[in-house]
Amino acid sequence: MLGYLKQEFAGREGPATPQATGAESPVVASLEKIDRRRFLQLTGAAGVFAVALRVLPAEAMEPYPTGAAGMPNGTVADPHVFVAIAEDGTVTIVAHRSEMGTGSRTSLPMVVADELEADWARVRVVQAPGDEPRYGNQDTDGSRSLRHFVQPMRQCGAALRAMLEAAAAAEWGVDPGRVRAVDHEVVLLGDTSRRLGYGALAAAAMAQPVPPFDSLRFKPESEFRYIGKGEIAIVDLRDITTGTASFGADPRLPGMKVAVVARPPVVGGTVKSYDASETLKLPGVERVVEIAGSTPPAKFAPLGGIAVVADNTWTALQGRNRLRIEWDDGPNGGYDSTAFEAAMRETARKPGKAIRTQGDPEAAFAAAERVVSAEYYQPHMIHAPMEPPVAIASVTADRAEVWAPVQSPYGTRQDVAELLGLPIEAVTVNVTLLGGGFGRKSKCDYVQEAALVSKAVGAPVKLQWTREDEIRHGFYHTTSVERIEAAIDGAGKVSGWRHRSVAPSILSTFAPDSGYQFPIEHGMGFVDMPFDIPNVACENGQAMAHTRIGWFRAVSNLPRAFAVQSFVGELAYALGRDPKEMLLELIGPARVIDPAAAGMPEDFWNYGEPYESFPIDTGRLRGVVELAAEKAGWGKALPEREGLGIAAHRSFVSYIASVVHVKVGEDGTISVPEVTTAVDCGFCINPERVASQMEGAAVMGMTLALHSAVTYARGRVEQSNFYDYEMARMDRYPGKVGVHIVEHPFSVHASGVGEPGLPPFAPALANAIFAATGKRLRDLPFGERIA
Amino acid sequence: MIELTVNGEARSHAGDPAMPLLWYLRDSLGLTGAKYGCGVGLCGACTVHLEGDAVRACLVSVADAAGKSVVTVEGLDPAGDHPVQQAWRNLNVPQCGFCQTGQIMQAAALVARNPAASDEEITEAMSGNICRCGCYQRIHAAVRQVVGGA
Ligand code: FES
Ligand code: FES
Repeated sequence: MLGYLKQEFAGREGPATPQATGAESPVVASLEKIDRRRFLQLTGAAGVFAVALRVLPAEAMEPYPTGAAGMPNGTVADPHVFVAIAEDGTVTIVAHRSEMGTGSRTSLPMVVADELEADWARVRVVQAPGDEPRYGNQDTDGSRSLRHFVQPMRQCGAALRAMLEAAAAAEWGVDPGRVRAVDHEVVLLGDTSRRLGYGALAAAAMAQPVPPFDSLRFKPESEFRYIGKGEIAIVDLRDITTGTASFGADPRLPGMKVAVVARPPVVGGTVKSYDASETLKLPGVERVVEIAGSTPPAKFAPLGGIAVVADNTWTALQGRNRLRIEWDDGPNGGYDSTAFEAAMRETARKPGKAIRTQGDPEAAFAAAERVVSAEYYQPHMIHAPMEPPVAIASVTADRAEVWAPVQSPYGTRQDVAELLGLPIEAVTVNVTLLGGGFGRKSKCDYVQEAALVSKAVGAPVKLQWTREDEIRHGFYHTTSVERIEAAIDGAGKVSGWRHRSVAPSILSTFAPDSGYQFPIEHGMGFVDMPFDIPNVACENGQAMAHTRIGWFRAVSNLPRAFAVQSFVGELAYALGRDPKEMLLELIGPARVIDPAAAGMPEDFWNYGEPYESFPIDTGRLRGVVELAAEKAGWGKALPEREGLGIAAHRSFVSYIASVVHVKVGEDGTISVPEVTTAVDCGFCINPERVASQMEGAAVMGMTLALHSAVTYARGRVEQSNFYDYEMARMDRYPGKVGVHIVEHPFSVHASGVGEPGLPPFAPALANAIFAATGKRLRDLPFGERIA
Repeated sequence: MIELTVNGEARSHAGDPAMPLLWYLRDSLGLTGAKYGCGVGLCGACTVHLEGDAVRACLVSVADAAGKSVVTVEGLDPAGDHPVQQAWRNLNVPQCGFCQTGQIMQAAALVARNPAASDEEITEAMSGNICRCGCYQRIHAAVRQVVGGA
């Protein structure tokens, strides 16, 4: 996301022109070739997981442009940067994206290893520090890691394989065409006695010139050993299960202090006065340090406050409790989320700024036989990764080194350098594992705090956020009112669509607030609405930000998918139609949408991707609807107070549909025995991790739908920990999540996975609750039970 | 001076007796397998064994553990191959991994106490442990694998 913002501000460069490729013989790839037993074992629930099989056309590897070309520092594919081979044959591959649970730290090195013909058992993975000029873009967000780096990583592996082959050919004095790299060694074709291991060839191979892209021979898909199989474990599995994996709070530096910060309770507030005398009496407390505050728009600058520095975490926390601080609340001291909701509803009932206009919506509404309308509300939310923000910094007069769980290691490095007035070369950012990110850890305020406190005390400092800090001082998912109206003509068809979106913008964190959303937000489920309706108006009403607004997994897609897909259910009811048939009728025939003809804005944002590579393809949206419905047994008879609900949404250029099966108890208690999710994420690189992302999205979806609301009174967040900001637990999670992946060849481009599973869940649940009870829920969250 | 046993080794603590075991383990002993997730007993990320029972290390003070035996994930099995750890690996359970040591310690206490736990008993025993990434389906299946009957 940050990358997108940079892209937005810097103006986008054109995508790289695809080059011709030395393609291998066409092959047919099929998941039938994978070891299904191992695959099912990994997914943990035999019978739950299935893959939609499809006969595939023969395919060659053709390069295609992606949005990576427009991201800061683009991509790098140089084997010297990403791979080292030791004399004993150990292959070390660099993971340059941050690992927060999606598995990219496994999947991207796996892509390199496969093209390299390396044996995964002899591969180790090391984490890159923040260094984009060296590794390419590292902003781990926007569901982009595999989408943007599968091609460079294939290129990297194929190039190094060619270098190993060239080195062996030179060693044997034969034509390179006569040698082949196979399973961690190079063999002489026709003479099986001649073989050289990767370790023996490493030095000579690395001295070879890196072959240009168009000379490379890529593996045909049928020869992939790891890609597309879903058979390998995540690289950190053993360390995670033994407790040796290193997260943000785990590194220990000699002489390290621990700091916690008392921050202003209202965004933009400042310390009027403070008394730390009781704090300083506590044995083990070493210093208090005042951190300067910031006034929005302040990007990721610290909120300010008083840091308590001690020799251990417990003492620092005790010391913070003893601070006496008088705050000046500043201009946001009156923020009240209930009043704000009412104001947003008012705004949504009046015309807003036209963002997309197709056909003549005014005429369609004037001529309508009837109009169906509904208003949907989503409150603020906070990320609540299991690991709250934490960072370790060691700052001296001329250097800074950081260890932190950050989604944007290079952005963090730039921000810390600027904050401390150091050249970027003097700052190192080491990336630990992230105990969840969800967008929170793209914003490095906590690292900046650690750097400031370390500098002030002249020692390494671990700056720990508590759960309360995380919930009260974050960057919040925006709150929104989405109002949709549909004109129904005399034939019972939807002839007009008007969607008004009102929500404070993320842009307010970066630039003076206009109260209007910007193209990135418009592109997430609003102006890209894919329905086959002739007259469309998308309008944006003004809403000013009164807290720090930031991106949260799936971002604006959450309220938009909730509104649009709930509204489809409402239309089905109003018109007496089956909800799935209604959805398919609205999507219309399979086609690639022409954004200009659909009246989408000229600056239409397609997740930063070139439209030609990742167009809106309604055939694929239909496909996941049909697949999820079929696998869920759509239309089957269910007992009283049970129901199925369906929702489908394209986000991060992937297509996902979910069917939620709900049971509503006599006391209104909501439970979900089963979720069926169909995923079309193009070529699927690691189906096992795709399944785990979808399983997790159903749980997080349940949390958002039932529980998640951050509310404000007098400018202050009212929640503080898991008792009032609740999470779905095992006794309230969807009992069974079935994931069905649409299989595609490489030519159907790999698309996002980390985020797009989330948006369909809440509307599918709302539609299911309606089917079970006749109650339509339009305001999130629903609570554990319905009235 | 408080004396206790951690992973079979005699340890002592001369600081604040009210210090939660979690911070003693992490800050004083450098055992970072137990994680901080909430500090108030609501998430289970800090779960360790006290005299064989799964407890929240953020709620137990060092004084509460005086004279007792504490086992952390680092001491669960000398080779790191406790059946629960193995089941977690068989099913590739973790996403980010942060909650998983707490989940594993909770599950290990369950299977020790109730080696034939039912699905409902597994759910009940594991519901105090939050996984924000949402690995519950696999966590349940992994415990199921250990207690058999899958
Ligand atoms: S940190 Fe102990 S239960 Fe959450
Ligand atoms: S694996 Fe991330 S919180 Fe459980």
